[in-house]
Amino acid sequence: MPASKTSAFFARFRSLIALVLMTVALSVMSEHFLTTDNGLTILRQVSINMCLSLGMTLVILSGGIDLSVGAILGFSGAVAAGLLKNGLSIPALGLHLQFTTSGAILAGVLIGAALGWHNGVAITRFRLPPFIATLGMLSIARGLAFLWTGGFPITGLGADFGQIGTGAWLGVPVPVWIMVVLVGMFLVVAKRTRFGRHLYAVGGNTRAARLTGLNVDRIKISVYTLAGALAGVAGLIVTSRLDSAQPNAGLSYELDAIAAVVIGGTSLSGGRGTILGTVLGCLIIGVLNNGLFLLNVSPFWQLVIKGYVILVAVAIDQASAPRNRDS
Amino acid sequence: MTSPVTDTILEAVGIEKSFPGVRALDGVSLRVRAGRLVALLGENGAGKSTLMNVLSGVFPPDAGAVHLEGQPVRFATPREAQARGIGIVHQELNLIPYLSVAENIFLGREPRTRLGLIDYGRLHADTQAVLARLDLKVAPETLVADLRVGQQQLVEIAKAVAEEARVLILDEPTSSLSAHEVEVLFGVIADLKRRGVGLVYITHKFEELAHLCDDVVVMRDGRVVGEALFRDLTREAIIRLMAGRESKEVYQKTPAAPGDELLRAEEISLPGEGAGRPFLVDKVSFTLRRGEVLGVFGLVGAGRTELLESIFGAHAARSTGRLAIEGRPVVLRSPADAIAAGLALAPEDRKRDGLVLPMSVAANASLACLHRTLRAGFVSDAREAAVVTPYVERFRVKTPSLAQLIVNLSGGNQQKVILAKWLATAPKVLLLDEPTRGIDVNAKREIYSFIDDLAQRGLGLIVVSSELPEVLALADRVMVMCEGRKTAEFSRAEATPERVLHAALPDRAAAIAC
Ligand SMILES: Nc1ncnc2c1ncn2[C@@H]1O[C@H](COP(=O)(O)OP(=O)(O)OP(=O)(O)O)[C@@H](O)[C@H]1O
Ligand SMILES: [Mg+2]
Repeated sequence: MPASKTSAFFARFRSLIALVLMTVALSVMSEHFLTTDNGLTILRQVSINMCLSLGMTLVILSGGIDLSVGAILGFSGAVAAGLLKNGLSIPALGLHLQFTTSGAILAGVLIGAALGWHNGVAITRFRLPPFIATLGMLSIARGLAFLWTGGFPITGLGADFGQIGTGAWLGVPVPVWIMVVLVGMFLVVAKRTRFGRHLYAVGGNTRAARLTGLNVDRIKISVYTLAGALAGVAGLIVTSRLDSAQPNAGLSYELDAIAAVVIGGTSLSGGRGTILGTVLGCLIIGVLNNGLFLLNVSPFWQLVIKGYVILVAVAIDQASAPRNRDS
Repeated sequence: MTSPVTDTILEAVGIEKSFPGVRALDGVSLRVRAGRLVALLGENGAGKSTLMNVLSGVFPPDAGAVHLEGQPVRFATPREAQARGIGIVHQELNLIPYLSVAENIFLGREPRTRLGLIDYGRLHADTQAVLARLDLKVAPETLVADLRVGQQQLVEIAKAVAEEARVLILDEPTSSLSAHEVEVLFGVIADLKRRGVGLVYITHKFEELAHLCDDVVVMRDGRVVGEALFRDLTREAIIRLMAGRESKEVYQKTPAAPGDELLRAEEISLPGEGAGRPFLVDKVSFTLRRGEVLGVFGLVGAGRTELLESIFGAHAARSTGRLAIEGRPVVLRSPADAIAAGLALAPEDRKRDGLVLPMSVAANASLACLHRTLRAGFVSDAREAAVVTPYVERFRVKTPSLAQLIVNLSGGNQQKVILAKWLATAPKVLLLDEPTRGIDVNAKREIYSFIDDLAQRGLGLIVVSSELPEVLALADRVMVMCEGRKTAEFSRAEATPERVLHAALPDRAAAIAC
């Protein structure tokens, strides 16, 4: 096997080994851990972070960061819930629109995409650093969520809508299906499409990408739009699961997403990383959360432990990352 | 001359070094002697830079020993090697762009005041002195980012010279220098030799050796394959040693019969930013025909790169002038526009403008023509390999596989891959900026004949080069630039070295222009 493939293989292997070790350890420590039910629970819990992390991976590969996905999640969920429950009144036109479940779902994803697009435009056309542009959006989207809901949860969204978060097909929860489909899609997008290739190029050397004739701005805008849309999907899952849209849903979820991406070995400087790594990163965080909960570890300790897992994972990654020549 | 036993400063014995999939050094020995310069020659990827990295403490050898004045040493870090008197100018620039020239030169060795703060007075005075030695006319406070590549290379050299090292390693130090800057550097080298400094000099430009070389060591595939006094070797013998076989006959250009007009550029101008010349490119007009190679010669800083970039839409906000492709006027607002119109540009600073370091050799080479690697809309590894492999083989890119990350290739091999990326696009007009910089002689000849093939197939090519022999060998017509202006144009028959050089010199330029 060629050298770089071997090392890439081991890089992936490392997260996999960590995941397996954790699973074995937790199975020994808690009888409730290694059961089909608990496995599906973990996957269902992971699905939300997975949606955010897939988008975050693309964003980070492109050399950026997105701090707004948690807030976009909250607003998208609220919009879908509000439209479903109350419809949309436009007093100026004397109009009142009612939304079907699928209409509301579509609207939720689209509003997420729109806010993501807003991020992309701010970053490319107005040249804001991604950190700043998405920090602004974090506040904007959260504010909109409170305005839209008036600060109160929107509840009672109906059985159809509830299917997204609580339904199951062939014994597997719907959110897990959504996750599997999205992961499959993004594996292909990143590895096998021109867009994916271009994305790596933009993150690896923006100047070179531009001089190669790639439309760097369009690629970046697409990436943030996708991340926004995926946050919208996550918002639907959260809202449907709780049968309630909370204005502060998704608070600080962006941090878990970033953590999953970096635990998965993606470099914050862009251009290097894989979707598969992120998938493993998400699973590691999910298993850890679940295991610590089963072991009755206090939530405060959970935070401390999770923090160290991130630090150790990235430290290991740094130690074995290909170094620049002559440096 | 003292006996070789006592005048050896630094000696490498049986050095071995492997990277995953590559045996970069396979039992190499090298001796650096006081007051002498040893030229280290070899094809791209032969292991020259790797050996220097071992000598200067960048990484330890897998096996073998380094002796400094007879004592075995093991440098853990570059800083340790530096402290023991070993200075190095790396092939790649390692400057901090947003620090000043002075801060870069004395990075880590800044003179301090009694309070422990940086003594800027002394820092700048010391810097002035080093810069004067190298005849580099920039203020010590200038940010490195604001310098030309050649000037940055001189700052890198100044950094090593300021250390007053006993051994100085220069890894392709002249790749971006102007003729004058090279001359000054040779003066400095001669001076260092008189002071008893031992020098190692890596280059692909053999003309340079005559001025400064005492000994020659030739490497191939991680081994030393020849060692001799410079005066005992001919150029042909060196090339034969490097390649390990009889080298092919010299490059012969196929006489061209240029076709219709392909590209017409009228009064292309590019205003300068900030200080310096008001115009980097000043009303340059020319035409290019199908099947023709237009050589653009000029000294470093003549505005050749800026001309190509302006044509390519890379400075759309500032550049002015008119372009017509195949008789139709076009406006190119971005490189993407230019590529859509049938242009391609292989940029000069390939590291900055070409390489995507975290990607593989294959992904870099196919980036500009990804559509050719698609099967049913998806990138296919097999197709990609089919597109890339011919270039990798023809230019003898030394890599364990196409999946190797490009960052792991030797400098010259990276250059070849990025050049291949552009040659693979099959545009109508191909703009090549210093296409053979850092590339070994044998691969160079392959690239020349490839350029010839492309012209035969009806492409129009513009080749910018600072090497006069290269321009004269390749071009059907030669355009000469000086200080942003076009100063002359010669047909192949008219273009003698004297005339071309003459037109490229600044004082002459003024006379010719009016
Ligand atoms: N960090 C690395 N990882 C993997 N391979 C490497 C690494 N550094 C060097 N190599 C390989 O070692 C070999 C020797 O490289 P080196 O840079 O020493 O060549 P060189 O003689 O300096 O060539 P050039 O003339 O192109 O600068 C090459 O095949 C290169 O690909
Ligand atoms: Mg080298």
